[in-house]
Parts: sequence; C-alpha cells; structure tokens
Amino acid sequence: MNKNKEQLLNKRYKAEKRFRLYGQGAIFMAFLFLIIFIFKIFSTGYSAFQKTWLIVPVTFDAELMMLEQNPSKQDLKDADYYDIALKSMADLDPNANEDQENELKRMVSYFFEREIKRELLNDPSLIGKTKDVYLTASDDLDQVFKGNYPRDLPEDQRRVTDYQLKIFDQLVELGKVESKFNLSFFTYPDSREAELAGIASSFMGSIFSILVCLMIAFPVAVLAAIYLEEFAPKNRFTDFIEVNINNLAAVPSIVFGLLGLGILLAVFQLPRSTPLVGGITLSLMTLPTIIIACRASLKAVPPSIREAALAMGASKMQTTMHHTVPLSMPGTLSGTIIGLAQALGETAPLILIGMVAFVNTIPGSPLDPAASLPVQIYIWAESAERGFVEKVSACIMVLLGFLIIMNLFAQIIRHKFEKKWS
Amino acid sequence: MNLILFIFIVLLGFTSYYFGRRKAYTIQSTNKRLTALPQFYGYYLAIWCAIPAFIIFSLWAIFEPTIVKLLILSDYSNQGYLDDELNLIYEKTKALSRGQFTGEITPFIEASAEKYLSLRSIAQSSKAVIVLSIIIASVAYAYKKISSNSRTREPVEKFLKAVLFTASLAAILTTVGIVFSLIFQTIDFFKVIPLFDFVFGTHWYPAKAFVRDSSEALDPTMYSDTFGAVPIFAGTFFIAFIAMCVAIPIGLMSGIYLAEYASVKVRQYAKPLIEILAGIPTVVYGFFAALTVGPFLKEIGNSMGLDVSAESALAAGGVMGIMIIPFISSLSDDVITSVPQSLRDGSYAMGATKSETIKKVIFPAALPGIVGSILLGVSRAIGETMIVVMASGLAANLTLNPLESTSTITAQIVVILIGDQAFGDPKTQAAFALGMSLFLVTLCLNIVALRVVKKYREKYE
Repeated sequence: MNKNKEQLLNKRYKAEKRFRLYGQGAIFMAFLFLIIFIFKIFSTGYSAFQKTWLIVPVTFDAELMMLEQNPSKQDLKDADYYDIALKSMADLDPNANEDQENELKRMVSYFFEREIKRELLNDPSLIGKTKDVYLTASDDLDQVFKGNYPRDLPEDQRRVTDYQLKIFDQLVELGKVESKFNLSFFTYPDSREAELAGIASSFMGSIFSILVCLMIAFPVAVLAAIYLEEFAPKNRFTDFIEVNINNLAAVPSIVFGLLGLGILLAVFQLPRSTPLVGGITLSLMTLPTIIIACRASLKAVPPSIREAALAMGASKMQTTMHHTVPLSMPGTLSGTIIGLAQALGETAPLILIGMVAFVNTIPGSPLDPAASLPVQIYIWAESAERGFVEKVSACIMVLLGFLIIMNLFAQIIRHKFEKKWS
Repeated sequence: MNLILFIFIVLLGFTSYYFGRRKAYTIQSTNKRLTALPQFYGYYLAIWCAIPAFIIFSLWAIFEPTIVKLLILSDYSNQGYLDDELNLIYEKTKALSRGQFTGEITPFIEASAEKYLSLRSIAQSSKAVIVLSIIIASVAYAYKKISSNSRTREPVEKFLKAVLFTASLAAILTTVGIVFSLIFQTIDFFKVIPLFDFVFGTHWYPAKAFVRDSSEALDPTMYSDTFGAVPIFAGTFFIAFIAMCVAIPIGLMSGIYLAEYASVKVRQYAKPLIEILAGIPTVVYGFFAALTVGPFLKEIGNSMGLDVSAESALAAGGVMGIMIIPFISSLSDDVITSVPQSLRDGSYAMGATKSETIKKVIFPAALPGIVGSILLGVSRAIGETMIVVMASGLAANLTLNPLESTSTITAQIVVILIGDQAFGDPKTQAAFALGMSLFLVTLCLNIVALRVVKKYREKYE
C-alpha cells in the first residue's frame, strides 16, 4: 500500500517535470526559429553591402569617341563612349577572338560605358591618355568573388564561362579586382541588372506612403478615440462603432488592398502605383490600431484629473483638451509608431494598388509612381538572377533595421514620458 | 491657383481669430462681463470663416467637372455620337488642353480644348470670388454676434464635438467602403457565373478567361468549368490547418509556461522576444519559406525517397505557423493570468501539483479565452497573403498531400490582380468575389472570437 502510494507520487512528480519541460521546449522552439531566421537573413545579406569592381585601363581615344579638337562640355556629353569601352575590355586579352570579346564585355555591368563617361566628364584632360577606371563587375562575377557562386558546376550550367573565370582569376592575381562598400545600393533606384539595383526608389516610396498614412490616420484616429472615450453616450450606435473598430483591426490586409483598388482607383480615379494611394490604403489599416492605443491611454488617465479640472470650472471640452489628452499623448504616440511600423512592413495591399510596377526613377513626391521596401523585397525575390538573393536579404536587413528603430523609439517614449499613476 | 486661395483662406482664418480675441478684450475694457474666455471669441470667428470655405470647396470639387463636361459636349449633342464616343472626345479635349495629346488634332477638338481652358479659368475665378465674398459675409455676421457679446463657448464646443463625432464615423465608413468595393463586382461576377458553380465547382483555372476575344459577346457557357472555388477554399483551410498544427502546441505551451512557471525576470525578457516574431513583415517570412524552408524540405524528402515539391503546402503552412505563435502565446498568457488566484489556491490546497492544477483547473477555466485566441489565429492564417504567394504554388490543386503545392484565396487574388486589371472582366470580378468570401469568413471568425474573449473577461472581472 505504502509502496503503491510512493509510486503514484513519483509518477505525478515525473508528469510535473515533463509538463514543465514541454513549456520550456515550446519557448526554446520559438527562440530557435527566431535565431535561425535572423542568422539566415544576415548570412546571405551582409555581402550585398560590398560591391566588386574591376580596374581596367581605358584609353580615351578622341578618334574612337568621334570627338573633334577642343571639344566643349556638350560635345563630351554627346560623345560615343561605347567603342572605347568595348575596346578597353577587349584589350584585357589581346588574343581574344570575337566570341571571347563578347564574353569579356559581359564581365562588367551593362552600363559600363556610363562609368567611363563619368570619369572623363570629371576630368576632360584625360583625352588621349590612358587611365585605370573602376568598372562595376557583372553580378555573376560579383557573386564569384564573394564565394557565393559554385565554380565546380559544369560550364553549361553556369552563367559565367570558363574563359571569363580565367581572365577574372588573372585580374585577381594582378590585384585588379577590388571590393568596396556598396554605396550604390542605397543611392540607385531599382534596375533589371542585379549589380546596379538599389533601394533608393523603394525607400522613398516607403517614406512617402508612411507620411501620407501618418497625416491621415493620426488626426482622425485621435479625434475618434477622444470622442469614443470621453464624449460618446453609451448606446447602440456607440457599440456598433466599437464592434466595427475591433473587426477592422482583424480584417486581412489584402481586403484593404481590394478597397483601395475598388474605391480609390476605380471610383475616385486617383493615380495608380503612387504612394498617395498606398498611404491612404495603409492609413485605413492603421486607423483601428491607433484608435485602440489612444483609447487605452485615455482610459489610463485617472478620473481625479478630470474631476479636479471640472471642479475648477473648466468645461468638459476644456478638461479633455487641456488635461486628459496631453496626459495620454505618450501612450498614443507609441501606439501610433507601432501602427506605422506595421504599415511599413505591409505588402499585399500595395501590390494590389499597383505599387509593384518596375520603377527605375527615384520618386520626388507622393504622386510619382513608386514601390516600397517590402514590395521591393517581393519583386527581387521573384527574380531569377543569383545576384538578387543577397540584395533581398540586404533589403530585409534595412527594413528590419527601421522596424527595430521605430519599436525602440515607441518603447522609449512610453517609458520616458508616460506618467505612472498609483 | 487653388493653393494660393487655400493659403489666403487660412490666413483669413488666423486674422479673424485675432480680430475676435481683440474684440473680446475691448468688450472687457468697457467693464462688461465676458460670456467666455477671449480665445473662444476668436475660435468662433475662425470657425465661421472655415465652414463656408470648406462647403464651397467641396461643392466645387463635386460639380465643376460635371458641369464643364456638359458644356463642352453640348457642342456635339446633335451630331449623333454615342455615349462612349462622347467620352472619348472629352478625354481627348482634356489631354490636348494639358498638352499631352498625341495623335491627329482635328479643328473640332482644338476648339473644344480652347473652350475647355476658358471654362476652367472662368470656373476658377468665379470660385475665388464666391468663396471670398461668402467668407467675408459670414465673418461679418459672426463679428456682429460677438460684438453683442452673445454666447461663443457653447457653439464652438458643439462644433468641436461634431468634428470628433465625424472622426469616429471613419471606422464605419471604412467598413462600408470595404463592403461597397466588394459587393458590386461580386454581384456582376455572379451574373455571369452561377453561385452554385462557384461554391461547388472543382476546377479553378482563371487564365482561361484571358483567352477570350474582347470583341465577342460574353458567353457564360465558356466559363462553366473555370471558376470552381472548391480547390481554393480547400487549399486555404488546409494551409491554415498546417499552420495551426505548428502554432497551437508551441504557442499554447509557451503561453502556459510564461504565465505559470516563468520567473518575473524570464517573463520580462522572453515575452517581448517571442513577440518579435509577430513584428517581422510577412514578406520576409515568405522569402524565408521560399528560399530556405522549401528547398530544405525538398532535400529531406528526396533523401527519404519522397517526391516533394519545392513549393509545398507544408513549407508555407509551417512558416505561417511560426508567424502565428506569438498571437496565440500572448493572448493565452493574458487569458491564463486573468484566472483568479483563488482557483489555483484551492487546487494546491487539495494537494494537486502545479501541472495538475493547470491541466484540471486553470485550463478548463481559461478554455473559452484560449479558444478565442485560437480562432483569431485561424482568421489570421486564412487572411495571410505574402507567405502563400511566395512559398506555395499558384496553381490550384485539389489535394490533401502536404508535400504538393496548393493555392489559397489570398494568393489567387494577388495572382489575378497583379499588373493591369480590366474592370468588368469576369476574371477581375472573380478576385473580388474571392475577396468577399475571405472578408465574410474572417468577419465571422473575428466576431465569434471577440465575443468569446469578451464574455470570458466579463466572467472574471
């Protein structure tokens, strides 16, 4: 009998331990996912912040550029750079035949003549001389140099030919290949060529959308929250508004995209693919988030503050506007920032309103067509070129960086400025 | 022009505010008692300046284009043009007047463009004159009122309250907007495709609708086997099911652990860390699923001799499950912590261990709340878009094999609507019909879940 009891007790203690272990295991799993996730993104993405350059001697031959004596600035701009660009690449291997010359040309980026042109425009005295020019390597060679490209594949499965690899290795040995910080990733707009693609256009698109979203969502949400929390009578209509807000907070984001498409584009005829429409769509999405945050922080202001103001003869409106609302602002602002962070990461509604269009200019206003950072991630992730994989990860790192900064900011506002009532 | 007018009106508003306040001070200096604080006199005047301006601006924005169009097209009215042709003429006129017209310029259109420009300038200047004169009149009326020291605080506060009330209607307007944007296209869709075929058809192949020659009349029989949504619905719930298989055990167990076992310090750090998972944008999850998880599963499957698609339902559903973990863990954590301590104490007093208390007492007590949180998680899984678009297939297979690719409602909406859409095409309308069903399903789930959670909270508060 006693032994039986002991056995039972042991069994129960074991069950207790097991249950605890399950809990720890679940938390561990969640952390594990997070760590794998972040590790994967960083390990594929960090190399995109470096860019490979080939240093190629270029002879600025006036005759090949169709330049006459003493050319003006405009002449230099209109000159033909393609031939000298081609020639300088072909000169890397004097024995190259026609096919090989073509392969040599494809070792640098698609717009390599522009880099040569820029060099000459910076220093017109180079005409007739030879100078080492930094040329952006093609994205495949860029990947080879970073070690992301399998060299041991058979040649017909590679986009880099054996010949290109041979010349490239010679250049590496001569020290004519250099890796530098990839500034163009931040300053160039999107491009079909992986080595020239940057996030400037989508970054500006994101900024404009978020600004539009903030300018619409914040005032409307705060005013709505003040009404619902401080003035609304308790009746069916108020309940209906509340049910609406709670539901909107859980409506899938793609439905808001359909709203933007069906109402903003089709009925109001607003311009497609623009951050203006994107921002309005996102603002409808963030509205419930901000309303809920603002109401919570209005609720947290103790009634004694309101009673004191009312006792001093302030009207209800004055009490609210002069005392309750300012005291609730830290909570509201941090809720707003969190809402905006959500909006910044949103993709599906923006795809539906056409912000996936290929944009190779940097938008200057909310009325110019643009992409946004998450949409850029989607566009690049769907491209086949190997060079885009690290770009996607790098873009994700930039996006996550912004989200982290915004969330930290929200935390700081909340902890620094929020009054603790106790 | 509009901008200058706008700035002018804003300046006028500010000046009237200062005028109103000064008037209040002068009334005060004559030893009369003010009926409100001086700034209310200013607000009162400023509001009388802003409201008429706002009304006229919006009236103009609504009616000006229609009236100008009517006037322009009245030149063509008795020449037997069809409505579509008239619209085309009007578009050409507008384009020419902006200097963006590329094509043959007929003298007729040139004349219309000139007329258009002159009409526009007449409209603009008459707007300016009308706005300014009405504002001046209304401000003068208001100035007379405050000069006689009548009440100003009450009307100003009433106005502010009206503004607050209008803002709170935004939530209703958004819902109405969603319903409106979906319902018309959906009704048009069901005019061509019978509801029965949509709900019970087993072939989803919207690309077929693309082949149609637009000059031919719509032939409903052509679509008889194109828009059967059963594979889409099945795929949606299947992927959501896989996601919940990952999210419920992990989310629930970590919620229980955080609420019942974890020390304050662990809780303080672990909770926000898990919630990071909820803050990561879904497109990032999609990329992760497509680039890492999909190929990884394929490799494992191949090494075991299984045929695994690189875009499997398992990859999409599994990653989606990771995304949903924090929703379930935080919500169930909240729910469990709100179970009253007396229930625990009673159970401990009877000699139960902690896990027995959790399983036999706390879990049943918290069950409604936990079910609510799971329902919210399901609704999120059904509405999730980017993970499915990027990691699961886009072809709608009717399958229950998690290693094959399937498609979901959200993925099909994106596939259909990406790029240029032609409104009035059954294919585009199909996307809206899918959106409608998505909205209805998630709406039901949300309402039930929110009600369950609310009922549960009321029980213990």
